[in-house]
Amino acid sequence: MAGTAEAVDLAAAMITAPVAAADALVIAPTLITVLFGAVLLLFRKRAVLQFPIGIFALALLVVACAGILARVLTAGPIAMAMGSWLPPFGINFTADVLGASFAFFASLVALTVGVFATRDIDGLGRRYGFFPFLLLMMTGICNAFLTGDIFNLYVWFEVMLIASFGLMVLGNGKAQLDGAVRYALLNLLAAGFFLIATGYLYGALGTLNMADIALRLREPTGDLPMKTIAMLYILGFGMKAAAFPLAFWLPASYHTPSPAAGAIFAGLLTKVGAYALMRTMIMLMPAEHQVYADMLSWLAIGTILLGSFGAMAESDLRRMLGYIVISGIGIIFAGIALGSQGGLSGAILYAIHSMLVMTALYFAAGIAAHLGGSQELRHLGGLYGASPLLAGLMLALVFSAAALPPFSGFWAKVVVVQAALADQRWLLAGVVLSASAFTALAAGRAFAHAFWRGGPLGTPDGAEKAVPGELSPFDQRVLYGPIIALAGLTLVIGLYPAPFLRLAEAGAAGLLDPTPYFNAVFGGAP
Amino acid sequence: MSTVIFRAIAPYLTALMVLFSVFVLLRGHNNPGGGFIGGLIAASAFAIYGIAYGVPPVRRALRFHPMQIAGTGLLFTVLAGIPSLFASVPFLTGMWAYPTVFGMEIAVSTPLVFDIGVYLVVLGTISSIALSLEEKER
Repeated sequence: MAGTAEAVDLAAAMITAPVAAADALVIAPTLITVLFGAVLLLFRKRAVLQFPIGIFALALLVVACAGILARVLTAGPIAMAMGSWLPPFGINFTADVLGASFAFFASLVALTVGVFATRDIDGLGRRYGFFPFLLLMMTGICNAFLTGDIFNLYVWFEVMLIASFGLMVLGNGKAQLDGAVRYALLNLLAAGFFLIATGYLYGALGTLNMADIALRLREPTGDLPMKTIAMLYILGFGMKAAAFPLAFWLPASYHTPSPAAGAIFAGLLTKVGAYALMRTMIMLMPAEHQVYADMLSWLAIGTILLGSFGAMAESDLRRMLGYIVISGIGIIFAGIALGSQGGLSGAILYAIHSMLVMTALYFAAGIAAHLGGSQELRHLGGLYGASPLLAGLMLALVFSAAALPPFSGFWAKVVVVQAALADQRWLLAGVVLSASAFTALAAGRAFAHAFWRGGPLGTPDGAEKAVPGELSPFDQRVLYGPIIALAGLTLVIGLYPAPFLRLAEAGAAGLLDPTPYFNAVFGGAP
Repeated sequence: MSTVIFRAIAPYLTALMVLFSVFVLLRGHNNPGGGFIGGLIAASAFAIYGIAYGVPPVRRALRFHPMQIAGTGLLFTVLAGIPSLFASVPFLTGMWAYPTVFGMEIAVSTPLVFDIGVYLVVLGTISSIALSLEEKER
């Protein structure tokens, strides 16, 4: 009550300094996505409105994330304590270069998915909430990259998971429900490990603020069970990121939803797991990272080989792409295992590359499956004749995924291999290099089957067979636009890598020496 | 469950529970209660009505689709944070106003707006689930 307020010194518990307008940007992704997600939920019966409002919101999200990134690059990490409660008690949003750049590229990918979905998702799918789910999933993803509180990170994981369940079952097919059950079960288990680990961590340290945790763990911890906690985090995030040996849920589920939903899953969700692992292992628990570096290196090797062999053995186009996602996760894990400036820069650049390229590849596979009437390689063929543009884009993306120049994957892999050699991990370097050959082999085989040969299995040599599906000129423009944009971006990164490399290096440096991060969080503290 | 006694008592029980849920929502800032528990009570009120009279009357009584109620609630929770942006304080900082209505001082605050949002989200979500479960039985 106003009249009976007791004299309490709020400055001891709350932030009293005014917040700069540019720092308020850090909550813009939350505001935009939840606000427009709620509005779209209100207009769920108006399928016509879903598309323009959804695209507008996603474009706004890109602008906001670009603003955060620009601010972080010029002024260092920005932090905001929700509800003015001083850290470490209040929940903190902290954007550093790593989080801001991931959020920016994720929002870019989401925008392309939104555009692609306008033709891919039918009126029914829109009414059942494709765009609200997409926006709310972006709430989870962007905020997972921007939060500075480990329990809050768990909450954003859950937001992301629940929205992705919705996207996954949209359409209600039998295969989709089957895929969704596998996806849901394994991801809930992963989130469970994450929650248990966080509970132990809170019990051990009494704090959930990431900066506070990192500061405490830089002092001697005595007999706290930090190795157990670190192992639980590796288990949870490794499962979420689809790392060996917990990767089998990904190829078993990602090929079931609509192409647009599958694309954003493949592009973004596993990277959130990889990001969380970077954040916890490198920034929060550097000592435990030393202990587990060898194990992480073996996990990376296993993941790369599993992804490579799986991709070569698979005859379903989208399932094969799922294995290529896994092999990419292995390369990110290799960078995390190295834990050096070079290794982490490579991992970050590779994660960005993988976001762009895997999304575009899933788009292309979706169109190929529509044109060819199947996503089974045995039944595909003659797509080059049906759409030379799609064939060209697919080839460029396959090259990029296989890390061949002049595309973005090349530079990311060069940096990782360089760091592995500098660390004298010959086997890791060799396996990372071999992934290129395996991916090129698997994807090249798929390309030869689906695009080059005249028709499906059994078509005689030299014969041309028309494909069953077709696209109207308008559909073509809307569906090819996002792929061209993403393929163009991977080409730009490949031809002019310096600024992107600097971005990745700044992100890695922020993880290895988080002093500016700490200052941003505790700067306002007395 | 359509006994005469139950059908006769259900409307009164529902009205009483909805009223009580608003009371629980409003006392929540300083005392036990709040948006979440209030929303649960309101949703169970509509569930009771549904058990007695079937799902269509409940949908008519709610007037809006449960998901739209939940969407409105989500909108409220975000709007509760907007004033803090204009006051140069961190997001979701509680802000209070004390207007005097009919000679009585009433405390209006952004946490209350947030709590109303939570109430609506819980009401919408739980009644949506309850209604579709009851529909499936028939």
